[in-house]
Amino acid sequence: MSVVMTREVAKAPPVIPPGRRRTWTRFILPAYAGLVLFYLVLPILIMILYGFNASGFKRVSFRWEGFSLFAYTHLFARPDLTAALKNSLVIAVGSTIIATMLGTLIALALVRYRFRGRGVSEFVLFLNISAPEIVLGASLLALFVSFGVPRGLLTIVIAHVMFNIAYVAITVRARLAGFDRHLEEAAQDLGAGPWTTFLRVTLPLIWPGILAGGLLAFALSIDDFVITNFNAGAAQTFPLWVYGAVKVGIPPQVFAMGTLIFMAGVLLAVANILLQHRKPVTLNR
Amino acid sequence: MERRVAAGVHVGKPRTRLGKRLAPYLLVLPGGLWLLIFFLVPIGFMASVSLQTGNLEEGFRQTWHFHRYIEVFQQYRPEFIRSFVYGSIATGITLAAGYPLAYWIAFHGGRHKTTFLFLLLLPFFVSFVIRTLAWQFILADDGIVLGALKRWHLLPHSFHVLATQTAVISGIAYNFLPFMALPLYVAIERIDRRVVEAASDLYANKRDVFLRVIFPLSIPGVFAGILLTFVPAVGDYVNASILGGTNTTMIGNIIQLEFLQNFHYPAAAALSFILMGILLVGIFIYARVLGARSIEEYV
Repeated sequence: MSVVMTREVAKAPPVIPPGRRRTWTRFILPAYAGLVLFYLVLPILIMILYGFNASGFKRVSFRWEGFSLFAYTHLFARPDLTAALKNSLVIAVGSTIIATMLGTLIALALVRYRFRGRGVSEFVLFLNISAPEIVLGASLLALFVSFGVPRGLLTIVIAHVMFNIAYVAITVRARLAGFDRHLEEAAQDLGAGPWTTFLRVTLPLIWPGILAGGLLAFALSIDDFVITNFNAGAAQTFPLWVYGAVKVGIPPQVFAMGTLIFMAGVLLAVANILLQHRKPVTLNR
Repeated sequence: MERRVAAGVHVGKPRTRLGKRLAPYLLVLPGGLWLLIFFLVPIGFMASVSLQTGNLEEGFRQTWHFHRYIEVFQQYRPEFIRSFVYGSIATGITLAAGYPLAYWIAFHGGRHKTTFLFLLLLPFFVSFVIRTLAWQFILADDGIVLGALKRWHLLPHSFHVLATQTAVISGIAYNFLPFMALPLYVAIERIDRRVVEAASDLYANKRDVFLRVIFPLSIPGVFAGILLTFVPAVGDYVNASILGGTNTTMIGNIIQLEFLQNFHYPAAAALSFILMGILLVGIFIYARVLGARSIEEYV
């Protein structure tokens, strides 16, 4: 980077004027940034591509054998893989709902009240987020083993709620920071009871924050491997199934499902961005 | 915030005043209990398990075998060292790749800033395991990338990457790059452009503007990025197990193996504790020096 900087003449006011720079060095930074972005996107392209590899229907070979739509026409031909995906979705929905509720309540308490134990609560959230995943997973397994709790879907949901509460709380808290409490006071002055105020004023105002926290929780849950691996027992989720298949061979459906999930996520995100641009007048600026 | 609460308290009737005092605890209670039972208490249980002796068939007894910590640490010292070395190198790579990218998006992204940020986030839409798996396909000897390069004689046929340290470290670096780049971007984006302009007006050259204004102001992002990358990188075992070979085993692989396949619960618990201990001490020093809030802001 310093190369880019030193080539410039000291006298000319730097940084801002774009038209004045004429040396080839000005291409270094954009080219480098472009390369890094390409590095980030490359595996995604590979995933999409290999979903179309016509290389046997049991397992995708590393070699490129030609184009085929097999994986897409036989998307659900592997019942165990389909079941794992279904489990992942059920776990993600369940744990997201619980974690979003619990996390939002914590965020409300942290933003609105000063209370004894506030510092401790914040510290626990920080600890939960910064602790290595493998330790969270392993220690929860130690608890389940000590009490002889059988591992399965339920223990996975418990684990996912455990690591998602803090993420939801922090996301919602960030969005709550600019919340105007006078709106609630106005509602109460106008005769609304506490519940009406909460349902008709507070909730609509903080809804975008809750939604953001919930989406994050869903994404983290459906993608989690490490903590799930420790607490799944014999239950399968999509990431666990794929990991298990690495040694015996990846069926093409894995890449096809990955691609479809990717597309769905991207579409949702783009729609979200567009919608936010569409209506610039929101209540919590 | 203090003022708001104070203003709220004196309006209330006695009943609501008690409610007000209890409210935060009631709000924290459900989530707090969940974290207590399934996050804090389990760590205690892991401590207890690590000091037990026995096996799966005959059961485990609490023997307070503290010596186990020294035993397992010595037994798996290479894996510990390897994990920290891989984690450090991968964090260095993400910093070297992520900083210029974040800087470029923040300062030169122009109208397409959102698009570039979106590209940066794109990997999150693909499952972590599949992303790592895709690298296996990229780095495979006869895969679409290396295979083609070999066919065109751009690479010797003996060349291979899979199952080497390079594969594992680059896989880790890839998977955690967004965790580094995002806080960096947030920190650089926040820099007041007027400060940068002022530096130029005072005849600082480009290099000085960067080294003495922009970089120091972006330091919180650098620290947050390092924390967010290094901790998961050290504990990772997915990259080592999908992209690595027999001599790239990391401590995460060992913990997983001992816990889930060998059922050596005490040894696995002790190893997790040592890993957590080293990392937490590091994080505490880190947070102490920088202030936890300033890191949390970027999480």
